[in-house]
Amino acid sequence: MSRVLVPCHVKGTVALQVGDVRTSQGRPGVLVIDVTFPSVAPFELQEIVFKNYYTAFLTIRVRQHTSTHTPAKWVTCLRDYCLMPDPHSEEGAQEYVSLFKHQMLCDMAQVLELRLILRQPSPLWLSFTVEELQIYQQGPKSPSMTFPKWLSHPVPCEQPTPLLEGLPDPSRVSSEVQQMWALTEMIRASHTSTRIGRFDVDGCYDLNLLSYT
Amino acid sequence: MLQEESDLSLIIAQIVQKLKGSNLYAQLERQAWGSWEKRILKSLNSMCTELSIPLARKRPVGEQKELLNKWNEMGTDEPDLSLFRPVYAPKDFLEVLINLRNPNYENGDSLSFRTHLGLIQVPLKVKDIPELKELFVELGLTTGQLGIDDSTQVPPELFENEHVRIGQKVLTEQDSAAAQQYIRQGSPTALRAELWALILNISSHPEDILYYEQLKTNVIQHDLLVDSLIYKDVKLTASNDDYYFVFEDYLYQVLLCFSRDTSVLSHFAYNSASPPKSYIRGKLGLEEYAVFYPPNGVIPFHGFSMYVAPLCFLYHEPSKLYQIFREMYVRFFFRLHSISSHPSGIVSLCLLFETLLQTYLPQLFYHLREIGAQPLRISFKWMVRAFSGYLATDQLLLLWDRILGYNSLEILAVLAAAVFAFRAVNLMEVTSLAAAEAVLADLSTLKVMPLLQIFLFATVT
Repeated sequence: MSRVLVPCHVKGTVALQVGDVRTSQGRPGVLVIDVTFPSVAPFELQEIVFKNYYTAFLTIRVRQHTSTHTPAKWVTCLRDYCLMPDPHSEEGAQEYVSLFKHQMLCDMAQVLELRLILRQPSPLWLSFTVEELQIYQQGPKSPSMTFPKWLSHPVPCEQPTPLLEGLPDPSRVSSEVQQMWALTEMIRASHTSTRIGRFDVDGCYDLNLLSYT
Repeated sequence: MLQEESDLSLIIAQIVQKLKGSNLYAQLERQAWGSWEKRILKSLNSMCTELSIPLARKRPVGEQKELLNKWNEMGTDEPDLSLFRPVYAPKDFLEVLINLRNPNYENGDSLSFRTHLGLIQVPLKVKDIPELKELFVELGLTTGQLGIDDSTQVPPELFENEHVRIGQKVLTEQDSAAAQQYIRQGSPTALRAELWALILNISSHPEDILYYEQLKTNVIQHDLLVDSLIYKDVKLTASNDDYYFVFEDYLYQVLLCFSRDTSVLSHFAYNSASPPKSYIRGKLGLEEYAVFYPPNGVIPFHGFSMYVAPLCFLYHEPSKLYQIFREMYVRFFFRLHSISSHPSGIVSLCLLFETLLQTYLPQLFYHLREIGAQPLRISFKWMVRAFSGYLATDQLLLLWDRILGYNSLEILAVLAAAVFAFRAVNLMEVTSLAAAEAVLADLSTLKVMPLLQIFLFATVT
């Protein structure tokens, strides 16, 4: 299924913390990222892709467009999705993550705004966030193919012409030729798994010093 | 058609094997490895310029003929290797690992619940003993083991005979997965060579023998600087070992060919390292003239030849020995000298060792730390070499059976911790790093399987 990138505006992260940010000792464990779509009409969300950076749990809330005149409400579509199985260790800390609409708790038909709530309970990490956030909507469906008539309604077999004297059976010849053709196609298409293994260039392996790039 | 299908499934099996569970993305890996690689390249380049020896040179025809005649006895050659020095030794590599830091990690001065008291400061996830017991369940007290239940006091009818019979059946069926499961309880000596070949998917087709002959021709045609490093390493390590000096000629035949094998380059797809690059002289910067050096991308370090030496007990035909070594290298051994976050990578093994020691032998760990003898400084060299050259060969082969059976190198860290546990009483009395090294200098009398079993399943915690 094709997908189309939706241009989005990612607002700066807001840390949620009890008490005064400046005087408290610990680092915030909850961050909120708002994602708006200023120039796009309400769309159906297909996929969310991002690169994790030490976030342990992700919750996503969505605000959808409603047809009636009631104000749109925030609904949780993903709750406490675990990105790092052990928040204290490296596993999952820098992975690329894809979330699909079938993983969401609610329908994502008319998305207006998204709110990502990131949680990292471990005090060991200096910062955490998600990077390279990309939102996709469903792309246009591929045009349906119409088969040509002769493919869907094969012509019935014609009566074979009578054999001429001394010549081999044409159906047998054609099947043998077909087999040979199939073999040549196979040989042409198959990649040999063994490599030639040449490490030199035209027989020459006279090198400069090693490069540092 | 059938041959193609079985070849294809072989290749797929190998690829799936290697890709499983590789985590190669961490930022810290790339930075640390980059600077370490640069150091190695600089060292090689400076050796090249100081000694005025080219990195690669085409041999004149006379020299080629001579080498071909001497191919089976290259050990008798006594070239002057005094000016060559190994590019790096395990202890240099340990220093790099000690200095690995995650820039996002709280490395404050105040002690917290996660302060690393050992040398490794990277917070990778490692298993604890309950998880290891689950992983190594076949090493438990109620399961028969070769290395324990085949000792002379135990009548063979109890376990050994039946185990050998099952092994022969597995070989007749040529079932690779069954062989991997079977070998977790150890392999009978007579069946080991075939079982390892079955697990590693090595079969001697004519094209494999031809490939090896092609590599041999490459060795004869071109002389590489890396060859001298290999010579030096073999002379320093394997030739001095009581068990392995007889295999010196085999080691040259395998390692020199290994350096020219470009198929090894494919393992860099799942190795965070990258092979050193260079250009043909006079064509600097032109991509069509870019080549890898050495052709297989692997620069040997001090002790590298010890990866091959134990295999010489099992395989005597050079092309089969070569294939087995190459497969073992691209599946397991490369993880022991490259930085990655893989659970079988050397960083995780070091952290696993230190965590096991700290958790289950806290007094010993604290004591050794206090006297300036961080345990990892002693056990690192064992793990980097997969204990080759430190254990008696029959014990080493029993250990490597389990590496193949569990497809993981974690058992090396567990064994290292078990050795410390075994000699804990003596270690508690030492007062310096040198004395601690002396207590642990000789491992040749140790029996591997009882140590592992006791440490995992019989220690009261």
